[in-house]
Amino acid sequence: MSPRAANPPVPAATDPALIRNFCIIAHIDHGKSTLADRMLQITGIVSDRDMRAQYLDRMDIERERGITIKSQAVRMPWQAGDTSYALNMIDTPGHVDFSYEVSRSLAACEGAILLVDAAQGIEAQTLANLYLALENDLEIIPVLNKIDLPAAEPEKYAKELADLIGGTPDDVMRVSGKTGVGVEELLDRVVERIPAPVGNADAPARAMIFDSVYDSYRGVVTYVRMVDGHLNPRERIQMMSTRATHEILEIGVSAPEPTPTKGLGVGEVGYLITGVKDVRQSKVGDTVTTASKSATEALAGYTEPLPMVFSGLYPIDGSDYPELREALDKLKLSDAALVYEPETSVALGFGFRAGFLGLLHLEIVTERLQREFGLEIIATAPSVVYEVTTEDKKTVTVTNPSEFPTGGKIAEVREPMVRAAILAPKDYVGTIMELCQSRRGTMLGMEYLGEDRVEIRYNMPLGEIVFDFFDQLKSKTAGYASLDYEPSGDQAADLVKVDILLQGEQVDAFSAIVHRDKAYAYGVLMTGRLRELIPRQQFEVPIQAAIGARIIARESIRAMRKDVLAKCYGGDITRKRKLLEKQKEGKKRMKMVGRVEVPQEAFIAALSGDTEGKEVKKK
Amino acid sequence: MGSALPLGEPAPLDGLLPASASVGARERAFGVYLHVPFCRVRCGYCDFNTYTAGELRGARQVDYADHAIDEIRMSRRVLEASGLPDRPAVTVFFGGGTPTLLPADDLVRMLGAVRDGFGLAPGAEVTTEANPDSVGRDDLRRLADGGFTRVSFGMQSAVPHVLAALDRTHDPERIPLVVAWARDAGLDVSLDLIYGTPGESLADWRRSLESAIGERPDHLSTYALIVEDGTKLARQIRRGELAEPSDDLEADMYELADDLLAAAGYQWYEVSNWATAPGHRSRHNLGYWRGDDWWGVGPGAHSHVGGVRWWNAKHPAAYAERVTAGLSPAVGRELLDEPTRETERVLLLTRIREGIDVRSLSGGGRHAVAGLIADDLVDAKAALAGVLTLTRRGRLLADAVVRRLLED
Repeated sequence: MSPRAANPPVPAATDPALIRNFCIIAHIDHGKSTLADRMLQITGIVSDRDMRAQYLDRMDIERERGITIKSQAVRMPWQAGDTSYALNMIDTPGHVDFSYEVSRSLAACEGAILLVDAAQGIEAQTLANLYLALENDLEIIPVLNKIDLPAAEPEKYAKELADLIGGTPDDVMRVSGKTGVGVEELLDRVVERIPAPVGNADAPARAMIFDSVYDSYRGVVTYVRMVDGHLNPRERIQMMSTRATHEILEIGVSAPEPTPTKGLGVGEVGYLITGVKDVRQSKVGDTVTTASKSATEALAGYTEPLPMVFSGLYPIDGSDYPELREALDKLKLSDAALVYEPETSVALGFGFRAGFLGLLHLEIVTERLQREFGLEIIATAPSVVYEVTTEDKKTVTVTNPSEFPTGGKIAEVREPMVRAAILAPKDYVGTIMELCQSRRGTMLGMEYLGEDRVEIRYNMPLGEIVFDFFDQLKSKTAGYASLDYEPSGDQAADLVKVDILLQGEQVDAFSAIVHRDKAYAYGVLMTGRLRELIPRQQFEVPIQAAIGARIIARESIRAMRKDVLAKCYGGDITRKRKLLEKQKEGKKRMKMVGRVEVPQEAFIAALSGDTEGKEVKKK
Repeated sequence: MGSALPLGEPAPLDGLLPASASVGARERAFGVYLHVPFCRVRCGYCDFNTYTAGELRGARQVDYADHAIDEIRMSRRVLEASGLPDRPAVTVFFGGGTPTLLPADDLVRMLGAVRDGFGLAPGAEVTTEANPDSVGRDDLRRLADGGFTRVSFGMQSAVPHVLAALDRTHDPERIPLVVAWARDAGLDVSLDLIYGTPGESLADWRRSLESAIGERPDHLSTYALIVEDGTKLARQIRRGELAEPSDDLEADMYELADDLLAAAGYQWYEVSNWATAPGHRSRHNLGYWRGDDWWGVGPGAHSHVGGVRWWNAKHPAAYAERVTAGLSPAVGRELLDEPTRETERVLLLTRIREGIDVRSLSGGGRHAVAGLIADDLVDAKAALAGVLTLTRRGRLLADAVVRRLLED
């Protein structure tokens, strides 16, 4: 309707009937941020002059990769007919690693725009989030984006969407976030189709935290969706999971800059600032109530974040260890899911064992450490959590191969499983099945989406997914396949720990827990890689892969025979001495494994080899 | 000499040395190095400070001896003014470049300036490098008459395809001729060989060694080819036109040289140098390895006096300008502190047969000795007697030995 609402509803005094809370569900590069930008512009809350691309994604990494890690909520006025409404757009994280955050964002909404690229069709993650949205009883508005692209096939994908969610292809809206075509109609559709929030204004206040962001100037900014009652400035609030109380220093809405208000009422979405400095004091999913008149029952759905993937983080320069600790402590303030504890490695020195929600989370953290803190770090091959039962009936939780009990006294190893969904053009079904079988997957089912795309579901060990799976999937399907997975319990498996030995000394950073059938391949891979990477020494260096005491693969580095500069006369001495000093300096970066000098770079290169799961590209 | 100058502090315009340079000077031998920075062509492997006619930017080869003589006169004044005692030159060495591109008379005049300035010690060793195709019978006789005692020919190889890969223009047949002329003139003879040239086989190398030994020189140097950045050879290797020399093949070649030379009665006295008898060792070069004093004359030349090392302006034109203006041609220097001098002492003495006194080493160095014996890098018997001398394996791994001796 009109680009500017005449009398926009005032926060804290808005009739819930005039509120629409919605989110946008979309795959990574399907144009969610561009569409959101266009909505900000069309509703007039961001002037054309201030418009900068992808306004809502705050972090550099997000903007560069086009992914949304942290959600935000924006209140936009919109006039439909004679009535002005308040539309709250809640921006959800788009990645499976953050599925819990996604679920909380969805729980804050009554409806969702299902946004799909008109040239690509729906992808696995979108499908997964769509399931979540339907589970939350959200009203779905299907939309095809990028209809301005020459490669767009709106008819084909409209049919695909209609098949998926019911209705007819004509119900699927067609927009272009880039040109703005169809966006006003879409906002009208939001008002028309998405139900208004319902709550009890007289009940004790209950607000669900759907995001919690650390801001270095203001401390933690907590984003909430009011369900019942009212929250006011200067009021004391209580977090229902911890019973901790804080005073509201500021309460307001994002428009999209933070704008203080006189409070928040039923159905409204806004933010709270209490002066706390750590996002752990303001946990996503928790319920906020007032300290004076507390609610008795928390809102459903809160869970603690659970790390799924572990990796050792080490500074490349050992003297950066204190800086790494400080950086992690700072990151923790804005990342409630990040956990870590000190760890030492023979090969890599002092570092931290850190737990992550998934591979992307791991990659984001390592990248932030490098970019925001200027730290050069190395991450060891990601590992999952194994439950190992020994013959004396003790159970050990193994997040690091070095904790794997040695000797022959293991009764059972249980590994985490995931239910993986892969979407791809039907031509790749055979290739994908082959890959999944080789990764010990069990097929659960297969369904056609539209005419030429297939969803294939597998039950697979998470350990297989963190090792290289996504790269393999992408390369075997020319980049067409998309992947989503969710935890699905655990299973007993014949897993062994493969150690890598240099001249008989174990190199802890390369130990890996793998299936017995794959131990040999891992051994050959790592010994071969190290042979290429470790410089020759004055003696021959055997490189072995072993399961316990049994050697399964072997390579050797031949002894270096010549290490002397042939000429050293009057004019060469300074240069020669400086070279020696440089070598001495270089030796400080060498790690000694027994008598073998290994350059740090060799460890790094071996750990980040092409075939390892560390290199997870954006999904 | 590698051509890039090191980074150091600026050298004073008057060239004066700090007082520390004269400490212990009477115990150190004094030598003079004269650099002649001219070549007819630049060889593909060479990054020495040398220039062909087209690269001289106004500097003139005919004026060079006069400029060098200016510096020799200045050096005499500087040493005196800096409190150094009078010391005659024990050795004089003309290197390049191609010293024999200058008329023999120029070389003799330069030597005369050294004699006038410092005096020559009795029995002084006076060497010039010579290119087999730029030196004649008369030149060699004139040099001997002028006081030269020794000539070192850049033979490099006896195998045409190896010489071609090195861009060497001389005919291998010329070696017996020039050696005979030098003998006739009464000069000691040394031959230089290079191994590890791309395309050179172990058999090629054997042929060169046998050919060189057949000339019965008093002294032989064999150098593994060093691929220096910025040379034509480095570019050819980078582009894949030539194969990079292999360390393993070079080790085989070194061992072959050591076998053949030992069998022919030559004894190694430095990693890359052999002589028929101690009296035929290059005393000038031993001065470098023993940390003695020397004055390096000419563009880019390095000098060392009592822990002060300096280097001259690199280009002959810049050099000539400074010397003509009466300024020191030195452009940079370093004052070596005690730990640095010790590092150099170990790194240089390790290379030579007379070796290092175990008792002179630091605690860390002494601690390394047992391991060096165990790894067959130093001679066990000599080490037990208190001297570290490299084994053949140790010579091939000399840089690693030095690192171990200098470990903290």
